[in-house]
Amino acid sequence: MYLTLILLPFISSITAGFFGRFIGPHGAAVLTVSCLLITVILSFFIFYEVAIIGCPVYIKLMPWIDSEMFNVDWGFQFDSLTAIMCCVVTFVSSLVHLYSTEYMSHDPHLPRFMSYLSLFTFFMLILVTADNFIQMFVGWEGVGLCSYLLINFWFTRIQANKAAIKAMVLNRIGDFGLVLGILIIFVTYKSVDYATVFAITPLFVGEKFIFLNVEFDLITIIGFLLFIGAVGKSAQLGLHTWLPDAMEGPTPVSALIHAATMVTAGVFLIARSSPLYEYTPVMLKVITVAGACTAFFAATVGLLQNDLKKVIAYSTCSQLGYMVFACGLSNYPVGVFHLVNHAFFKALLFLGAGSIIHAVADEQDMRKMGGLKKLVPFTYSMMVIGSLALIGFPFLTGFYSKDVILEVAYGKYTTEGHFSYLLGSLGAFLTAFYSTRLLYLTFLSNPNGYKSVICKAYDSSYQICIALAILSIPSMFIGYYSKDMIIGLGTDFWGNALYILPENMNRIDAEFIDHTFKILPVILSLSGATLSFILYTFGVKLLFQFKTSFIGKKIYNFLNKKWFFDKIYNEFVGQFFFKFGYNTSYKIVDRGIFEIFGPLGLSTAVSKKSKLVSNLQTGYMYHYTFSILLMSTLLLGIRQFWMFFNTSIDYRIFIIFFITSLFLVSNKK
Amino acid sequence: MILTNINYILNIIVLLFLIGVLGLVLNRKNILITIMSIELMLLAVNLNFIVFSIYLDDIVGHIFVLFILTIAATESAIGLAILTVYYKLKNTIQMDKIKIIKS
Repeated sequence: MYLTLILLPFISSITAGFFGRFIGPHGAAVLTVSCLLITVILSFFIFYEVAIIGCPVYIKLMPWIDSEMFNVDWGFQFDSLTAIMCCVVTFVSSLVHLYSTEYMSHDPHLPRFMSYLSLFTFFMLILVTADNFIQMFVGWEGVGLCSYLLINFWFTRIQANKAAIKAMVLNRIGDFGLVLGILIIFVTYKSVDYATVFAITPLFVGEKFIFLNVEFDLITIIGFLLFIGAVGKSAQLGLHTWLPDAMEGPTPVSALIHAATMVTAGVFLIARSSPLYEYTPVMLKVITVAGACTAFFAATVGLLQNDLKKVIAYSTCSQLGYMVFACGLSNYPVGVFHLVNHAFFKALLFLGAGSIIHAVADEQDMRKMGGLKKLVPFTYSMMVIGSLALIGFPFLTGFYSKDVILEVAYGKYTTEGHFSYLLGSLGAFLTAFYSTRLLYLTFLSNPNGYKSVICKAYDSSYQICIALAILSIPSMFIGYYSKDMIIGLGTDFWGNALYILPENMNRIDAEFIDHTFKILPVILSLSGATLSFILYTFGVKLLFQFKTSFIGKKIYNFLNKKWFFDKIYNEFVGQFFFKFGYNTSYKIVDRGIFEIFGPLGLSTAVSKKSKLVSNLQTGYMYHYTFSILLMSTLLLGIRQFWMFFNTSIDYRIFIIFFITSLFLVSNKK
Repeated sequence: MILTNINYILNIIVLLFLIGVLGLVLNRKNILITIMSIELMLLAVNLNFIVFSIYLDDIVGHIFVLFILTIAATESAIGLAILTVYYKLKNTIQMDKIKIIKS
């Protein structure tokens, strides 16, 4: 069962990919969807067996690399964290598969698309079920590769190509950090197994790692490098720019990448490495601050995006920030809980957005939509559910995880805890604001699209509706039903999967924080939603006046252009590296220094000098006799005065004389 | 026998030899002077041999001088023969004009 779960998506991917032309688009769709459905059922069984009964499974398949101290096996471990991730990944992925069969039905490359989707699921399963860092890295790179293939699915579009390359490159920056982290783990622990590494981490507290004569705290530097990996994958502030651009892929891809799989890998890594991070308070602080900044930044940027999918993409970025700072505050269960809930409602939002886009003839600009409430009522209701879950409307899914995150942030009673509480609460307000703005501009406002488009808008066919309907159920209820199981006080759900140092544990403190601070995020998000609704309904003129005022224009530009992150990266970092690559490393080093001190320079120098020397042979006899005289005099003289030179002059000085004699002859002639 | 200071004679020999060498190097016009300079150098060498032969009271120096005399005679004969052949071909024996081995 356990290996079937992992291999089934792979088999379906291979079949759909290599034999797609034989089984046809319909066959590929049926095959991949049915395989994924079986996988979902299997992962529910696994969840029952592993997480609920509490019986972790460890399968050591076969040795992969076995070289002296270095030993990597193909091993799969299923503990609560893996089981819960498996459920989320396969559940959302299967619905995305089902959804894609309809959404992509007119695409000529449907088998390829389904194959990539299944491959993505497979690599994500490898990532979450691995029992060592190397195998985890296989999945890690695999999802990066699949994100490249999927974002680039419509390979004829230049924007899609660029977005895919950007996603790959920015991910690779993070992956580099991750690789370095794994290498340091191996160098110091002599092992890459989770079990070994996490078991002996407490022994390494205070240990130093020396690199280039600089001392680093061992666990801190490992944690930092692993966090760099997580930053790349989970689109935290700094390496987040690929995520909004990845919207160039088809919408189901965005749902898969941004809801359930790829971006959650970073949070998963932090949660998986919790026994390591618990021993490095510095890194926990860094993670908290980075996550809080991401949450706030993405929420502000989401406010003024006009692209339907980009708004949702930035909300993903923002919610990932929440998860990461929850992990940074040592509340890994809370972070993972939010990850699970977020997967459901964000998949719902993305697939709903896809349904809208499908309805309005592939128009993604929210300003050209409006008035779709009556035309696509089902999608509207699904989007409302998703948005309310996202803003943490009381008693929907998002409420249970987001509010707990903010509670534990305040209940930490540290500077960075309060910092993240503040930014998180503001982020909640902004999230509500832009979610309502999205709903208003798309569904509630007056129609702004073309008449021909609006007239033909309708709800999509049954596959899309089924996927949305199924996703809407966990978006409403999963938070309430699984809250006590996953983050309840004293739950033994997690077993040994997550580790929290007793002195970092603050769930109980968080229960007893001031009532004001518990209720504040909810009030903020509700008021954000209300304010947005009122402003867009009655205050459009006011908004317009503000937007066209001097300061308003500045703010609008600043937020619409994503805090100029892309601009700065392109103009300073990107341009710098391009210039460096051409001017320095190509023109100066490759074509310059290496050539001059290498083949070209050497050969020209030799031929020039030898030409000069051969020019000495003028052909006149008296020149020859003169050189004979000179040379014989020199030889005899050296021989005669050898004793004198030997004692008082270093003979190596003649090397200089010899070399200068080569330059004495002028080049002019 | 009057014993002349050997250094005096050796100085004369070196002077003779150097005159021959300078005649080779400094002469740019006449090839006959070149040949004469070579003869002068050979003569200086001969004189050197003789002086040392007497000084060391050894006959081998004299034998060498006889050989060198013969060689010098044949050499100047061959050299002059080459010159005449060359003159027949080029109609000149000016040194400035003899420049054929330049690549």
